[in-house]
Amino acid sequence: MAYTEEELKKELETKEYEYGFYTDIESDTLPKGLNEEIVIAISKKKEEPDWMTEWRLEAFRAWKEMEEPEWANVTYKKPDFQDISYYSAPNKKPKYNSLDEVDPELLDTFKKLGISVDEQKKLAGVAVDIVMDSVSVATTFKKTLAEKGIIFCSISEAIQEHPELVKKYLGTVVPKKDNFYAALNSAVFSDGSFCYIPKGVRCPMELSTYFRINQAGTGQFERTLVIAEEGSYVSYLEGCTAPMRDENQLHAAVVELIALDNAEIKYSTVQNWFPGNKEGKGGVYNFVTKRGLCEKHAKISWTQVETGSAVTWKYPSCILKGDYSIGEFYSIAVTNNFQQADTGTKMIHLGKNTKSTIISKGISAGQSQNSYRGLVQVNSRAENARNFSQCDSLLMGNRCGAHTFPYIEAKNKSAQIEHEATTSKIGEDQIFYCNQRGIDTEKAIALIVNGFSKEVLNKLPMEFAVEAQKLLEISLEGSVG
Amino acid sequence: MLEIKNLHASVDDKEILKGINLKVNAGEVHAIMGPNGSGKSTLAEVIAGQEEFEVGEGSILLEGEDLEELSPEERAHKGVFLSFQYPVEIPGVSVTNFMKTAINESRKAQGLEDMPANEMLKKIREKSEMLEIDRKFLSRSLNEGFSGGEKKRNEIFQMAMMEPKLAILDETDSGLDIDALRIVANGVNKLRSKDNAIIVITHYQRLLEYIVPDYVHVLHDGKIVKSGTKELALELEEKGYDWLKEEAAV
Repeated sequence: MAYTEEELKKELETKEYEYGFYTDIESDTLPKGLNEEIVIAISKKKEEPDWMTEWRLEAFRAWKEMEEPEWANVTYKKPDFQDISYYSAPNKKPKYNSLDEVDPELLDTFKKLGISVDEQKKLAGVAVDIVMDSVSVATTFKKTLAEKGIIFCSISEAIQEHPELVKKYLGTVVPKKDNFYAALNSAVFSDGSFCYIPKGVRCPMELSTYFRINQAGTGQFERTLVIAEEGSYVSYLEGCTAPMRDENQLHAAVVELIALDNAEIKYSTVQNWFPGNKEGKGGVYNFVTKRGLCEKHAKISWTQVETGSAVTWKYPSCILKGDYSIGEFYSIAVTNNFQQADTGTKMIHLGKNTKSTIISKGISAGQSQNSYRGLVQVNSRAENARNFSQCDSLLMGNRCGAHTFPYIEAKNKSAQIEHEATTSKIGEDQIFYCNQRGIDTEKAIALIVNGFSKEVLNKLPMEFAVEAQKLLEISLEGSVG
Repeated sequence: MLEIKNLHASVDDKEILKGINLKVNAGEVHAIMGPNGSGKSTLAEVIAGQEEFEVGEGSILLEGEDLEELSPEERAHKGVFLSFQYPVEIPGVSVTNFMKTAINESRKAQGLEDMPANEMLKKIREKSEMLEIDRKFLSRSLNEGFSGGEKKRNEIFQMAMMEPKLAILDETDSGLDIDALRIVANGVNKLRSKDNAIIVITHYQRLLEYIVPDYVHVLHDGKIVKSGTKELALELEEKGYDWLKEEAAV
């Protein structure tokens, strides 16, 4: 039978979280709560040098004085920061030489996700550094990378092995006191990825990390630092899923990218955390600070496909410091049921002849609220800065919302800034047209949504694009037989 | 092929079709003419399964099978094709991708595998040449930014690709200039065969000079008030519809 809008809405709401399962791996968890002792304990557990402990403590002291931001277009029950355990590491922690040695349960988790590491290995040269509950437990392809002088490891390992690099760059793009969540992350970050590409090196494979929140009641605070030396290139993929859980889980990551002269960093994210059930219960709070710094002629591209989390607060940004540097932001944000997303970007033009592009696609269904919030700032010395922004919203049904909050601050007369925005709705006439050509409603929605998102999907690396398309379908189609 | 018996259909409790009887055999082309608001497009959409309309009495049989319980996509799988009067835009979905999806969905319904890529390409090439469609056109987003003529030509291209048993062309001539009309009509004529049937809905006799119908029916106030051969279309062109309205009112 054909679908009325009412039926369509119902169908969209019946989507269940596919990845709701729980891995029973023994872990080593610190007691709940946050104070200086806990910060010191985290640092101790990770066998960090004193300077790192001190760095964390400074961040913690700053955080204590800060207030949780309230300007975003989201409403949620604020987390009790004293009721969270700030560290949880899988117990069995040997260094693996091959996948055969990896905890079978962990491998099983990946199988459920459809991302077997085996398959990943075979896939067009993807090295995977898995962050499972805060500690990296497997790193592959390290050797190939090492031959080129590329460092790709966990941030904890980098603190041990490459302290000079970490010391030089950590907190330079996202300062410890940048914002409430960044300060929290700086104090308690448990693990994350570190990537360093030497001068003139083109990283021969896509670097990939899968993050996963696993232990009940643990917030996860990853820290990622990517440094691309002069004239180097790297494409980094970050993919996320989380198991189903009743209480809200807090996630406050910090990602810092540094692209030195003539370097290019592509950073792609597929985020699929548990969005809560259809009554709006549960789900991940995702409060992330992602920022990149471009030196002369450098380029940073952020591409994100956000389908998960109950509440998203995320603005991957570019500081275009060097002359002729380029920042790009391509985003698809899908919200369904009671999800709330406030996401966008900041493009800060400091250098001359800097250029930025923003393409944002928001898809809202159910009773969700989807907001784009973007800032384009042109500094007084940024001659001939250019920006093009395009924000498109697609609505399904009558109970969801799409909002656009573009902020433009131009302090240089030569700036050229363009902003385009559209809002459309999947129409019954479009569905009927597809139906008449033999395409059922489920497939029709997938087709329309994919068409709507195409400009952004095209920016993703091939294997990621396929996964992203699947996620869009899972998020919106429901489980129609 | 198609048999419509005493079909009544309404929207928001307003009856639009008030007892249509129509029989179309394989190999035939029927034209349905009539003034604005007589129910022509409604008839087309009801056959295609648009659920906005409430079908009261009557039945629609395709090759003897009652379509009533079938969804629009199931009817499409059985070979019903509607060339829309106002084709909708689907941004970001290319004509080629749309056709590939449509054809493979129909094949799936028939228990067939996806059409192999080379076969699909060959078919696309053949049909686009037949309709004098520039290949570049096929990679454009479906109907987005198409002129009126391009939209209609694209509908006929889809018909050629889908190879339906029953094709209903709803005002395919509107918005076409004389050259486009000739190309579209030529395409339709090439698609005519002894195995399929075509219903042409139009206001004007002009299209029927190119697509010559076997029968012409006049729809007025939800009923077929007169049927005849192609000469009836000429008579209507000359005399208008008023005389039929009067005749129907008696």
